[in-house]
Amino acid sequence: MKIEATINNKKIQMEVANDEFLVDALRRYGYSSVKRGCDTGCCGLCTVWINERPTLSCSTLAPTVQGKQITTIEGLQEEAKEFASFLVKEGAEQCGFCSPGFVMTVLAMKRELEKPTEEEIQHYLVGNLCRCTGYAGQLRAIKKYLEV
Amino acid sequence: MFTIQHYVQPETLEEAYQFLTAKRNNVILGGCAFLKMSKKKIGTAIDLSKLQLDFIHDKGDVIEIGAMATFRSLEVNPYLNQYFNGIIPKSIKSILGVQFRNVVTIGGTVYSRYGFSDLITALLALDVDIELYHGGIMPLETFLKNGSSKDILVKVILHKNNRIASYQMMRNSVADYPILNVAVSKKGDDWKIVIGARPRRAEIAVKASEYLTNNEVNETMIKQATNIAMEELDFGTNMRGQKTYRQAIAVPLVKRGIMEVLK
Repeated sequence: MKIEATINNKKIQMEVANDEFLVDALRRYGYSSVKRGCDTGCCGLCTVWINERPTLSCSTLAPTVQGKQITTIEGLQEEAKEFASFLVKEGAEQCGFCSPGFVMTVLAMKRELEKPTEEEIQHYLVGNLCRCTGYAGQLRAIKKYLEV
Repeated sequence: MFTIQHYVQPETLEEAYQFLTAKRNNVILGGCAFLKMSKKKIGTAIDLSKLQLDFIHDKGDVIEIGAMATFRSLEVNPYLNQYFNGIIPKSIKSILGVQFRNVVTIGGTVYSRYGFSDLITALLALDVDIELYHGGIMPLETFLKNGSSKDILVKVILHKNNRIASYQMMRNSVADYPILNVAVSKKGDDWKIVIGARPRRAEIAVKASEYLTNNEVNETMIKQATNIAMEELDFGTNMRGQKTYRQAIAVPLVKRGIMEVLK
């Protein structure tokens, strides 16, 4: 079926299958920052924004985004680049596979929570798993980024 | 993984109901987070997105929650944080991450009557009705016991009263289902003890609740009420925990729930 959605502020028509998930449709249309991880809703790698809310694209049926606004990291390059510099400074990245989903959640948190506490940051990011870093560096990077 | 032959977004509840009842393998879509794990061969998948059922309304004596309201919207809703000691946000805030809770809907969870549900246990401790499009309004407890013929859950209705509530659970990690969950509430002298994820569907421990209601609550009575709850409800074994383990952790969880309500 054909759907139309606004992806990164551009109206895009996509041909999707009835039972296709958004992660697959986005990747097919070139948004390769969106990663498939656990595919069970646990890891947060596939996080995109749907109508400004961080959402798992692996659990969202592609036809349901008809008429909605989708944001991937390709649409937030400046902000993502700025936050990435904090990650680098804090040594908070290794393989980088989880980074796009992680960055999308951090940027959503910045918009949603005003001056979050460390506990609130941890709670907000609990759905983003990283098997390399141990999270301490990520937490330092987020705190410094939010201070700017 | 499941397959979908046809996908529709009806404009009215009647249209959705016609689609649903047209064929046995037609299904209403909730958030799809759990449905996607199944191997169902769905004829027509019915998406309720166009029916504006994602509301949470404070109507004075009740709070109405539309079937398509997401867990995240329940979690951050000021009314739900204000009433019943915030038991509803508390029961769902530990379920995976924000991005998952932005997907899962109350309708998908309640209609499916999932045994592992955190939310159903919390709701059952309150005074809650549900509205089915065809079946009308009925207490949540009745729906959980009897289910319904193919129908559409329209909304969940929470009766606002001075019920004090507490939610307790045990899970191995946020990425896992609860091993056991307990909700306890009190309105005046009327107590409710609910135990879910046993791993069976949440149920009110009726005799234990009555025991607390009819006695002055003290340490001995709490112990006795917990014993009664253990006897009247069935506990089982699955990959998350054995029956005996569940029975063992139910004791402190019920006690904690009662103590928290008494605070």
